[in-house]
Amino acid sequence: MLFNKSLFFISAALFSWLFVIKGAIAIPKIESWHTDSGAYALFVPAPELPILDVQITFNAGSAREMRPGIANLTNSLLTQGAGEWNADQLAERLENIGARLSVGSLRDMAWVTLRTLTTEPAKNVAVQTLTAIVGQPKFTIPDLERLRKNTLVSINQDEQNPGTVGNKAIFRAIYENHPYANDPSGTKESVATISQTDVVEHYRRYYVAKNAVIAMVGAIDAKQAKQIAEQITKYLMPGELVSALPKVMDLDKKYVELIKFPATQSHVFVGQIGITRTDVDYFPLYVGNHILGGNGLVSILSNEIREQRGLSYNVSSSFSPMQERGPFIMGLQTKHNQVKQALEVLMQTFRQFLQNGPSEEELKNAKQNITGGFPLRISTNAKTLEYLASIGFYRLPLDYLDTYCAKVDAVTINQIRETFQRRIIPEHFATVIVGTGSN
Amino acid sequence: MRNNIIVNLFIGITAATSTVASTTNERTLDNGLKVIVREDHRAPVVTSQIWYRIGASYEPEGLTGISHALEHMMFKGTEKYGSGKFSEIISANGGDDNAFTGRDYTAYFQNLASDRLAIAFELEADRMRNLVLPAAEFAKEIEVIKEERRLRTDDNPNNFVTEQFYANAYLLSPYRHPIIGWMNDLEFMTIDHVRAWYRQWYVPNNATLVVVGDVDSTQVFALAHRYFGTLKSEAITKQRLPQEPSQMGMKRIKVQIPAQEPYLIMGYKTHAMNSSVIEWEPYALEMLASILSNGASSRFNRELVRGNEIAAAADADYSIFTRVPDAFTLDGTPAKGHTIEELEQSLRQQIEQIKTEFVSEAELNRVRNMVVASKIFEQDSLFYQAMQIGLLETLGLGWQLADQYVDKLSAVTAEQVQMVARKYLVDTALTVTILDPQP
Repeated sequence: MLFNKSLFFISAALFSWLFVIKGAIAIPKIESWHTDSGAYALFVPAPELPILDVQITFNAGSAREMRPGIANLTNSLLTQGAGEWNADQLAERLENIGARLSVGSLRDMAWVTLRTLTTEPAKNVAVQTLTAIVGQPKFTIPDLERLRKNTLVSINQDEQNPGTVGNKAIFRAIYENHPYANDPSGTKESVATISQTDVVEHYRRYYVAKNAVIAMVGAIDAKQAKQIAEQITKYLMPGELVSALPKVMDLDKKYVELIKFPATQSHVFVGQIGITRTDVDYFPLYVGNHILGGNGLVSILSNEIREQRGLSYNVSSSFSPMQERGPFIMGLQTKHNQVKQALEVLMQTFRQFLQNGPSEEELKNAKQNITGGFPLRISTNAKTLEYLASIGFYRLPLDYLDTYCAKVDAVTINQIRETFQRRIIPEHFATVIVGTGSN
Repeated sequence: MRNNIIVNLFIGITAATSTVASTTNERTLDNGLKVIVREDHRAPVVTSQIWYRIGASYEPEGLTGISHALEHMMFKGTEKYGSGKFSEIISANGGDDNAFTGRDYTAYFQNLASDRLAIAFELEADRMRNLVLPAAEFAKEIEVIKEERRLRTDDNPNNFVTEQFYANAYLLSPYRHPIIGWMNDLEFMTIDHVRAWYRQWYVPNNATLVVVGDVDSTQVFALAHRYFGTLKSEAITKQRLPQEPSQMGMKRIKVQIPAQEPYLIMGYKTHAMNSSVIEWEPYALEMLASILSNGASSRFNRELVRGNEIAAAADADYSIFTRVPDAFTLDGTPAKGHTIEELEQSLRQQIEQIKTEFVSEAELNRVRNMVVASKIFEQDSLFYQAMQIGLLETLGLGWQLADQYVDKLSAVTAEQVQMVARKYLVDTALTVTILDPQP
């Protein structure tokens, strides 16, 4: 099927844990504690459906790795053998009870997510298997070799996708020597040489209890949640919470990179350093970006580029707040001979926004969208789990949701204008164009 | 054998649990609009979807992509609400909205706080009959659609090959055309074509309205009557569906385009739920696809990705709910050091094995348990439930089939899996399409 307005850029996924409060909705009460070994646990009961969702997140993403690709391989290997079971047996144990387990790893985080029924024996088998996957991975050499080969195939496939090529390039351009410059999948050169020792060392250092956040949502009570949190961390060393990542340096000059690519379209990325997840300017920038290019078709960029001129199917802007300052990126795709025009309109629209900020009406509508949409954002267990993991990982206050609406509503036009002007310097944008065609 | 015991216990428990969940009511308005309401009171939210019985498989030669083009134009304004207003109003009410076009349907949805449902109804009813379809808007939007095609198909090697697969596998079946349309047809299409398509198909008696969420069925029926009740039904001419002639031998196509990694998609022609005289056959094919590739413990993952490590990835796909007979497809990418020929051979060996040896009871039980659990998990998503209802109604199969699906699939036996493999997965009905990467 084809989605008319589906967003191609990262904004949708990365902002999915932002919420606003509305009077009527019951805001879930979060219970939090530390396990005996020091893992930070958060729990919200959801008794309606016989489902339990668990996510354990480690501060063990690619920003922590010694060489590109180690974090991703370590995370992927967790399910390939653990405790007394090999990959086949782990898969069978979980799928025989209908449970779903997935792993993932980006720049900041590496995680394992489990969804199981709360009926027995399903829940016990699922939690027991998760315990082994998180705490007793085998990291055998044959498993490493297989995933290495498949990762190399996947990196090659990235190279045949102009959007992925551009995304990797804009991060390199914005982050230069900072760990965020590297793509989490790693490079071919580096992945080719990652050893079992590299993986084991990454695991031992970062997959430790004090570096873990456990989020749980489901039809269990607090006592059961505590038992489960203890169980899944029981094989983890206590370890230490990692120290802060290096600070991100501001860009201080314009940068343009053209990447030739055999395609019918060019992909345009314009970006620079954005904000952290706990940034003081978070709310004005979030609300401002929602108006500029963060809210699908109902945004200034989409109106100018797509609605008024038919230049691109996707056009958006997004802040991706992270532990250290994540990027602010605007992007679009258009056929080669329209690149110049599209880029001009993009920049002109951005400068105008920077100068004037949004209109009264745009701000009002954006606030109504964010606050009015609050019930939707916590309407499923899966969504609740996502924000719980995020609140835990970034150590946001537990009343985060309770205060969110007021903070969004307090944002003014002047604040948006002032913070954008102070934080985003158009003269220092990095621009990447992939697929420049013959010109 | 221990697994079997777990399995049986498990099904007993969950079957009981899943029957408590929800009430679904339906009513047909005098103008033929069918309204289906499922009450789910977990959170104060609602999804409203309208499904039209029109999609790519209804399109005449030379006008491929017109259903999808009309879907885009549905956001371009009515006499009452100008271009873009639909999404702006939904957004300002805290909602999000979108649309999708498939081979057999075109659907529009709004996700909102449940007290805003009337707004969605008013707007959706208005654009069912009162679109303006301005030529100037179409001139821009068709360019957006061409950019969408470049993005999704022309510059995406695997998607491009998949399009080639369907175009080559079928001689007459409408499934040989891409949903987004051939570029040349997009060049040719005019606003007059779109206007005619709209008038012909967007009528209440060709639509199903699905509402799932925190609502009262009686009130929703009253609201539907109020907003949609005044629309007039129109006669719909049933189109003749071209019948695909029997394929009399294997087809083989090589696609040579710039890419980094090879890719294979091969498919056997099968029957659809509607056209099949034998009711259990589609379920047996569905079961077979699951045994081959659903989950990490499925055969392809166990034997081809792990096992002999010939595939970096391999999938089997079958769409049980379609209007026109579809293909049972296998696709994948070879692992490093293996060729596309080896991958094809391995996939075909897997099919041969199904034909000669019964699948095990453990495999059948694993799939049964996975679908039982999925049925519970999907109750976490209002949107998914509404999608299922909308699809089944649009195909004329009835939403109740969603609830019977688990039982029908679970009833499939090893003998039946073998019978459908022998009947349908034969070389004379096979089309093999290979991506041969070029620099």
